[in-house]
Amino acid sequence: MHPAPSVILFTVLSGMGFGLLAFLGLGWPVPAPGWMAFLHWGLGYGLAVGGLAASTFHLGNPKNALKAFSQWQTSWLSREAWTSVATLVILAPVALSDWLGLGWPRGLGLVGAVLAVLTVGTTSMIYGQLKTVPRWHSPTTPLLFLGFMAAGGAILSGNALPALLACLVLAAALIAAFHFGDTAFARAAQTTGSATGLGRIGKVTVFEQPHTSPNYLMREMIHVVGRKHVRPLRLIALGAGAALPILLLLLPASPVLFALIAAIHLIGAAAARWLFFAQAEHVVGLYYGRR
Amino acid sequence: MTQLPSHTDKKLGLAIDLDTCVGCQACVTACKGWNDQSHGLSDQDPYGAEPSGAFLNRVHSYQVEPEAGAAQIINFPRSCLHCEDAPCVPVCPTGASYKRVEDGIVLVNEDACIGCGLCAWACPYGARELDQAAGVMKKCTLCVDRIYNENLPEEDREPACVRTCPTGARHFGDFADPDSAVSRLVAARGGYDLMPDLKTRPTNKYLPPRKKDRPQEASVLAPLLDIKATGLAGWLDKVLGKI
Ligand code: SF4
Ligand code: SF4
Ligand code: SF4
Repeated sequence: MHPAPSVILFTVLSGMGFGLLAFLGLGWPVPAPGWMAFLHWGLGYGLAVGGLAASTFHLGNPKNALKAFSQWQTSWLSREAWTSVATLVILAPVALSDWLGLGWPRGLGLVGAVLAVLTVGTTSMIYGQLKTVPRWHSPTTPLLFLGFMAAGGAILSGNALPALLACLVLAAALIAAFHFGDTAFARAAQTTGSATGLGRIGKVTVFEQPHTSPNYLMREMIHVVGRKHVRPLRLIALGAGAALPILLLLLPASPVLFALIAAIHLIGAAAARWLFFAQAEHVVGLYYGRR
Repeated sequence: MTQLPSHTDKKLGLAIDLDTCVGCQACVTACKGWNDQSHGLSDQDPYGAEPSGAFLNRVHSYQVEPEAGAAQIINFPRSCLHCEDAPCVPVCPTGASYKRVEDGIVLVNEDACIGCGLCAWACPYGARELDQAAGVMKKCTLCVDRIYNENLPEEDREPACVRTCPTGARHFGDFADPDSAVSRLVAARGGYDLMPDLKTRPTNKYLPPRKKDRPQEASVLAPLLDIKATGLAGWLDKVLGKI
């Protein structure tokens, strides 16, 4: 699948942002009123909202965006619209109370934290639901998204122990996703023979393509260029996303250290997300004899 | 609403005959022409070096090598199959994609589409293409603007691709009616579904190529190859053969 920069940016940043919002909603930590609280909540909201905004860049016709709230009964994308907005709205009074030191009860914070998790869960299911992309159609997809959310959120909120645990889970999720993902297409057992039904006669290969230059389908779903540097990118994803942060988290905690860890983690997360798209193969490629 | 109907009164669709399709691309052009004139189907750089555009119907060409015997070339038209369990419909966040209860046609309401592309991701058959100029999703409409169109002469009230096909390789009809021409054709010819494991239950069926005759053992020119020359020619033949 085409690794659109706006989608990579959106999913990575908003994941981290919603992770941070979840921790702040839980009151873990409750930042000191004033600029500390403003900075924490501002970062959470900034990342989450920024990600949502970036996601509209890849829409062909964003002027209808409000209609995306209508089909929550069947569509994960519509559910994501609801949960993300609900999270942002419900956490607003908690943020305000923290900022101005109003000391309001934190019940809404818990609800907001749950909604934040649901938001990332719905994002992951947009991809996880697709039978047409076998690498995505797997429990490792929500695991990956939630893992990055937890790790990113814990790092940004300065929670050493949760960050450590989340990075461990994330490393496992990454390894599982790479391992099972590599055989997913073969296990789905679709071939040009089954796509055309001509497999019943014999071995099917492309004789002539139906058009001379790439179309929307090929640009969007048959993306081979990005798959070139899989090994180094996997190392970056694992190393910068989880391993290095784990090592650095063992050092005495300080804001500077956490900022460094966050920057390193972000690089790993972006590499992992690039691979998530670039390596995903859509069955429509079978009609074109390439994936 | 993007909930799929549990039942449709008719199941309109196409039976595509892979035996008779000659890969002439006439249906591709007719489809493009009709749909471009009716509601727009844009091209980018059409006369330049990298022409590209949205099409609702594409014709592939495959080489198939059986275990024994010669390879065959099979032309393969590909357009929306108007699936009964269309995976493209429930994923749509806006309700733009829907399946009609009256005839089972799967359509996009362009006024509601945000162009997110999720439906095209969900379709296994590559039947949806985003119009780069309009920013909305396009797909085969089963020529819904022809088949019920009373302004057209009776014989034109069928899909443009069906109407134009010079070999009659595309058949339009109601698969819910077991006595319809398409249903009988599918039964007689063993019409099949594409990627049935994905449980999309396509309405469109593909009729497999008929079995080819056994390849001829000897050349059809055999009787001519055996002619014995006589007279001068025979003498020359003998002499020259010895050199
Ligand atoms: S062929 Fe594709 S676009 Fe058409 S109904 Fe089936 S899934 Fe939807
Ligand atoms: S591209 Fe349009 S029709 Fe397709 S899922 Fe998105 S909003 Fe629905
Ligand atoms: S039925 Fe109409 S829209 Fe569909 S492929 Fe044929 S000509 Fe194109």
